[in-house]
Amino acid sequence: MSILVDAETTFIVQGITGREAVNLTRECLDYGTGARIVGGVTPGRRGREVHGVPVFDTVAQCVEHHGGPIDGSVVTVPPAFTKDAVFEALENGVKLLVIVTERIPRRDVAQMVELAKLRGARIIGPNCLGIIVPDVIKMGGIGGPAQDAAKAYTPGPIGVISRSGGMTTEMSSTLTAAGLGQSTAVSIGGDPIIGSSYAELMPLFETDEETRGIVIYTEPGGRMEAELATWVTEHESRLPIIAFMAGRFMDEMPGMSFGHAGTIVEGHEDTASEKIARLAEAGIIVAEEISEIPGLMRDRLGAGATA
Amino acid sequence: VRLFEYEAREVVRRGGIPVTDFGFATTAAQAREIAERIAGPVVIKSQVLTGGRMKAGGVQFADTPDEAERHAAHVLELEINGHSPRGVLVDPRAQVKQEYYAGVVWDGLRKQPVMLFSDMGGIDIEQVAAEHPDHVGRRHISNLLPLSDFAAKECIAQTGVTGSRLNRLVPIMTRLAAVFAEHDLTLAEVNPIGELEDGTFVALDAHVDMENEARPRQAALLRDLGVGEEETRQAREATPFEIAGEEVDAMDHRGVAGNVTEFDGDLGLVIGAGGGSLTLFDAVRAHGGRPANYCEIGGNPSVRKAAGLARLVLEKPGVDKIAVMMSIVSNTRVDIVARGVVKACLDLGYDPADKIAIFRIPGAWEEEGFKILDHYGVPYADRTVSMHEAARRAVEGVKA
Repeated sequence: MSILVDAETTFIVQGITGREAVNLTRECLDYGTGARIVGGVTPGRRGREVHGVPVFDTVAQCVEHHGGPIDGSVVTVPPAFTKDAVFEALENGVKLLVIVTERIPRRDVAQMVELAKLRGARIIGPNCLGIIVPDVIKMGGIGGPAQDAAKAYTPGPIGVISRSGGMTTEMSSTLTAAGLGQSTAVSIGGDPIIGSSYAELMPLFETDEETRGIVIYTEPGGRMEAELATWVTEHESRLPIIAFMAGRFMDEMPGMSFGHAGTIVEGHEDTASEKIARLAEAGIIVAEEISEIPGLMRDRLGAGATA
Repeated sequence: VRLFEYEAREVVRRGGIPVTDFGFATTAAQAREIAERIAGPVVIKSQVLTGGRMKAGGVQFADTPDEAERHAAHVLELEINGHSPRGVLVDPRAQVKQEYYAGVVWDGLRKQPVMLFSDMGGIDIEQVAAEHPDHVGRRHISNLLPLSDFAAKECIAQTGVTGSRLNRLVPIMTRLAAVFAEHDLTLAEVNPIGELEDGTFVALDAHVDMENEARPRQAALLRDLGVGEEETRQAREATPFEIAGEEVDAMDHRGVAGNVTEFDGDLGLVIGAGGGSLTLFDAVRAHGGRPANYCEIGGNPSVRKAAGLARLVLEKPGVDKIAVMMSIVSNTRVDIVARGVVKACLDLGYDPADKIAIFRIPGAWEEEGFKILDHYGVPYADRTVSMHEAARRAVEGVKA
């Protein structure tokens, strides 16, 4: 099993005729059992095709062409138009949005997230690479071209959640090399406000029978890690969690942003050292190096824990 | 982008919040003119983007225009935490009965703005929250519903404030929330709000931070305030090395090869992407290495940009070797980065095998990239070598 998406998931690509979106569409069609991309949207480009995917002017036209509700959308439109595109998808019944776009003002993100909540939908991102279920489906640029994604990701028992898209692949590749495959890997995005935090994805992994452990990539800035620590403590999660914290050097450089928009030390609570302490208190093991993660996970999973 | 106090006051004033009859001066003579206009006791406040003004002597009180001019001359020359003041704010000294706090910030977990109010103004809100939690009101506000006074009323009433005070403070808080939303602020704070003898309220200070991502759509306001497009207003002023890094990134629009931050070590870093750079910078330091810089490459930059960044780092005084390292790439091409860094070495008359301590970028087009590196004898590693191990080899390479 998996979380969020599976082989049956249908989705569209909003902004499909953009250079990156064309590549992303190809990658998703090629990967695993082949993504069911039922349409793409670029206003004014109705009638075209991108790798065989029909392009429409509106999401409503996609839904009509498909003849029923569409599960998801990968949103790759420029930051000034992202909010409108996401509202359009939500108002046309799309329930899972992967927002790839970077540099969207926070207020727009907050508005999208609030409308999604009202519509019973979920947002992954923005500023993320999406979701991958190894050998089955990828929704977004995660892992890159199909043959590259296949090198890094293999099916197995580990759920991966990461604030960095690139590090999602690096950590999954390390797990794969050690014989620990992944149930689902999610690049949640590097912005200060995102649609789905660690704690908001944990209940999904918790109910996924295949998932037996969680690996997370974390950074300074924000309170998402503290939220996860609280969630784990309150819910007595069955899943062992191994965390990796990057950007420890930033503790000495408050007020300066590195890596991602949300990665900035603004107070005491959001420093790397404070987060490491919080995670450890909740029983989450914080690895010093990524190469330690498979061993630490195996220790927690006990005997016989291979993919 | 952080705004100076005089700019922040202008932003809240435009939002309909009453402010004092203050003036902004860049010379002592201007400060005197403002003091003459005010015709009463004034406060001279240094305009710097750093805290601790009062302690550093950046806030002075004057009873006469002569005194105001003298104090302004002193404050204008006074450096605070390494920041030279932009100017001074000349403010009438108000007779205040009581001070209050009003602020709006983002709550990243609730994903909504939160209003904060206290009837103990003039001090840091976090200190009040820690020591007198019953004197702080909090109220989240919807991102979608139109702003309405009731939320501000609920926020303020939590602290026990009632009567005409409550009714006069509510519109100030609502307007502050409106300014926060309309101008894409990440922080809007009026602290203190002074309650004057006649029962009216006035903002005696303001603090405003605007989100960088919103600069394009807030261009009109920033232009009105006189904030230049080139002003980054970071916690630390950009160094010439960092400005040169921005120029490299601006060479063309393909990918990123920039976000350069200067450090004083001897190991030059050409690293990426976002999370990878954070991981690798830590890893170099964990192995006792001294980075000369931080940077980010990603999104498949051109050979020219990769070469420009490598050259900039190689030319930095004190840099002996560079380490070229990234997390596994799927979009950026390994061969293009390899070509770029080799070109930078050759252009400067260096042997790439000598100047590149390690090249660790696995992923897309890696076979082609490794072929180039083989040709020039550059030590490289694939994904079987961890990021931390690559960093260790880089640090050893500098020592050797």
